[in-house]
Amino acid sequence: MEEVTKARPAAVELTDLDTLEAESIHIIREVVAEFENPVMLFSGGKDSVLMLHLARKAFAPAPVPFPIMHVDTGHNFPEVIEFRDRVVSEHGLRLEVASVQERIDSGRIKVGHELESRNRHQTVALLEGIQEGGYDAVFGGGRRDEEKARAKERVFSFRDKFGQWDPKNQRPELWNLYNGRHRKGEHIRVFPISDWTELDVWRYLAQEQVDLPPIYFAHEREVVEVEGLLMAVNEFFPLPEGRSPERRMVRYRTVGDATATGAVASQATDYGLVIEETAATRITERGATRGDDRFSEAAMEDRKKEGYF
Amino acid sequence: MRSELLRIATAGSVDDGKSTLIGRLLHDTKSIFEDQLESIEITSQKRGAEQADLALLTDGLRAEREQGITIDVAHRYFATPKRKFVIADTPGHIQYTRNMVTGASTANLALLLVDARKGVLEQTRRHALLSSLLRVPHLVLCVNKMDLVDYDEAIYDEIREEFKSFAAKLEITDLGFVPISALEGDNVVNRSLNMPWFDGQPLLGHLEDVHIASDRNLVDNRFPVQYVIRPQTEEHRDYRGFAGSVVGGIFKQGDEVMVLPSRRTSKIAQIDTPDGAVAQAFPPMAVTMLLEDELDVSRGDMICRPTNQPSANRRFEGMICWFDETTTLRTDAPYQLKHTSRWVAAEVEDLRYKLDVDTLHRDLDAETLAVNDIGRVAIHTTSPLFFDEYRLNRNTGSFILVDPATDLTVAAGMIIGAGGEAGTGTHSIVAENITFHPSKLSREERWGTLDTGGATIWMTGLSGSGKSTIATAVEHSLVSSGRFAYMLDGDNLRHGLNADLGFSEEDRAENVRRVGEVARILAEAGTVSIVSLVSPYAAERDKVRAAHEEAGIPFFEVFVDTPLEECERRDPKGLYAKARAGEITNLTGVGAPYEAPASPQLVTDPDLETAVRQVLGLLG
Repeated sequence: MEEVTKARPAAVELTDLDTLEAESIHIIREVVAEFENPVMLFSGGKDSVLMLHLARKAFAPAPVPFPIMHVDTGHNFPEVIEFRDRVVSEHGLRLEVASVQERIDSGRIKVGHELESRNRHQTVALLEGIQEGGYDAVFGGGRRDEEKARAKERVFSFRDKFGQWDPKNQRPELWNLYNGRHRKGEHIRVFPISDWTELDVWRYLAQEQVDLPPIYFAHEREVVEVEGLLMAVNEFFPLPEGRSPERRMVRYRTVGDATATGAVASQATDYGLVIEETAATRITERGATRGDDRFSEAAMEDRKKEGYF
Repeated sequence: MRSELLRIATAGSVDDGKSTLIGRLLHDTKSIFEDQLESIEITSQKRGAEQADLALLTDGLRAEREQGITIDVAHRYFATPKRKFVIADTPGHIQYTRNMVTGASTANLALLLVDARKGVLEQTRRHALLSSLLRVPHLVLCVNKMDLVDYDEAIYDEIREEFKSFAAKLEITDLGFVPISALEGDNVVNRSLNMPWFDGQPLLGHLEDVHIASDRNLVDNRFPVQYVIRPQTEEHRDYRGFAGSVVGGIFKQGDEVMVLPSRRTSKIAQIDTPDGAVAQAFPPMAVTMLLEDELDVSRGDMICRPTNQPSANRRFEGMICWFDETTTLRTDAPYQLKHTSRWVAAEVEDLRYKLDVDTLHRDLDAETLAVNDIGRVAIHTTSPLFFDEYRLNRNTGSFILVDPATDLTVAAGMIIGAGGEAGTGTHSIVAENITFHPSKLSREERWGTLDTGGATIWMTGLSGSGKSTIATAVEHSLVSSGRFAYMLDGDNLRHGLNADLGFSEEDRAENVRRVGEVARILAEAGTVSIVSLVSPYAAERDKVRAAHEEAGIPFFEVFVDTPLEECERRDPKGLYAKARAGEITNLTGVGAPYEAPASPQLVTDPDLETAVRQVLGLLG
């Protein structure tokens, strides 16, 4: 149909990134208005950094009205922990740590050996952390473009009192009318950046000049290539027998358990270069960097059902 | 830099190639990653398929892959240098109407697929109806698998015409068609060399260019308060900001505003965004408003203009889609209703009818609604809602119903208008606080201040002639361009104002008189009244004209001159069929006369777009 309406000035249109920002802020405010005790998961990874940045914007000039929780595997990149602590003190946040290591030490979590990936074990620490804190809403930085089970996730995602997800019985979600109703012991996982893609995240963080842990940008590191992943050689990843490390320019696309997170070869030392690389990459971030998501076609779905984020 | 975000809802029947089309869009815009492709190739091979099955990309859950079906709405993302696209891919099975409704609720554009070999199916009509019901502003019908019909233009034309005549019965404002082969890539991203006869854009070009900025309501200022920000810090001790998302109109610093339900007024002192104060805020911005006066404002309140308020009512009529598999609609049980940022207790007072989405038949005897059913209901809430009709604002016109026993979202609804039968005491807070007195405003002052001017466009013609379709499009166009306009539809008014009238000669005359009065009053207030009414008698129409002339208000008689045979062929309400079957009498053109206007200001062109332009042309 031919346009008969008069054109509006460009001033009343938002860019795609500003639209995403507005939608995410709406979700975050909705949670704080409707829930008694929300908490935001924060790993120091770029998605959680984005989420926290949006939360700060949502309530400015007031401080963020909820604590953040780090589910700590004990297998950390030191740069990320340093970053986490700096962010917490800069913005006056309250940090809760749900420690996998403590639960291993106390016998709550049994591990095969010290250096196996603890991604799976995070579920126990996370669910206990939620229960102990009495949280009724838990913000997570999951994005639907990350993985096919996540593509089916709601923004407000109901969890029963065992923290489990029932993908076949999700609440319909229409317009921006979110249904967060729940009983005592149940909680809602909230994914305010569901509709952001990896490239959106990078473009926005660059636009906003948000600080990230330095390992997200290209740097020189001792790595060894294992099953297609570039693994940093350190206390969590000893050099496999008969292999020698090489110094390469690498960066991380995701930050997870240090025993299972690989780096990618990269020369991208700043935001502009990372965006160029991200726009051109032909491999998903999880496929490129996460050993644990490669186990089976339904690895993520299974972990999510058990309560993983 | 990309400028906009476009949300697409896709729908189609089983095997019409929807997943292949999405796969093609993702693939050809380089949005599929190699490891994803590799993974689906391995799975395809395991199942003995020769080609990688692109449908596997969207089937995210184990049960979906195992059963080879799509259960749930899947979201897919791709981008071109012009736009970012979010696809809500909804399964086509009949039982998943609710998923289609979910996907369509936020979509700017609905993408429907038909198989060129099969043509328009029941499912196609169902999906078009749902898109129309959910007011998805743009609809594109892709005629797929053109490669299997030798790229035959005649087949495409036939499907296009068939769909057009069905769509004419719905309220679809923008309809596009593209002949494609998703498998071969014809007209998806690149123009097809196999269909030189097609002079339109390939699908992706259409998706990149379709104009969506005017789909928002930038006229009626609406700001539901979501959360009150009170920092209580040293630095911001007196800060009291009302946070929320603008869902209608353009708010400017200094604007006079009214807060509902208190009806207190103030001025906007400042509009804060996370990046500092701004001069104006518009949908979908998330902002924080500071008012000049200290008013008691909390979550669930609505900020609007004193001169342009939403309806405030405890009763309204709406269409709902039932979602819950284990329960059916009850008229004797309480529900929780969420509307903008308010939760209220609600009861469904009456099921007016159940809509058969395939035949558009209204079943007045239906007793309940079950999963995937759609029907019209009357709802009563414990406290007033501040709403607009859904067709004017998707945010202030929508709601969900939640069953307090299970906390599940059992239905989603779209508001048609305020309700309240005689005697039930429509309890409007406006009524409580208003006393009537003569206006102190002259028309010049009124129209000048509102920067508008009233008029009445009176569309007369047979039932099924297309009056309402033109009226709807004219109304939409006027409102989008910032003018006050309101459609007065004969059928709609017979639900309320004229519910006591039948179809006798006297009743028809009274019907015309009342609608004429309402139109004149609205026009006096500065609105363009667009009347869509059969109004068969010349004498009654002339009386309305005379009343307008006396009041000095422009009156345009528009004759929608569709021949009886064509109206009867369309028969959108099934009236002609009933009249011919003897079930109803007095149908204009069949059992009752129609007096065509002798000298109307306009006789509309049969083509909808032209007709709309002609009507708009009257207003200058």
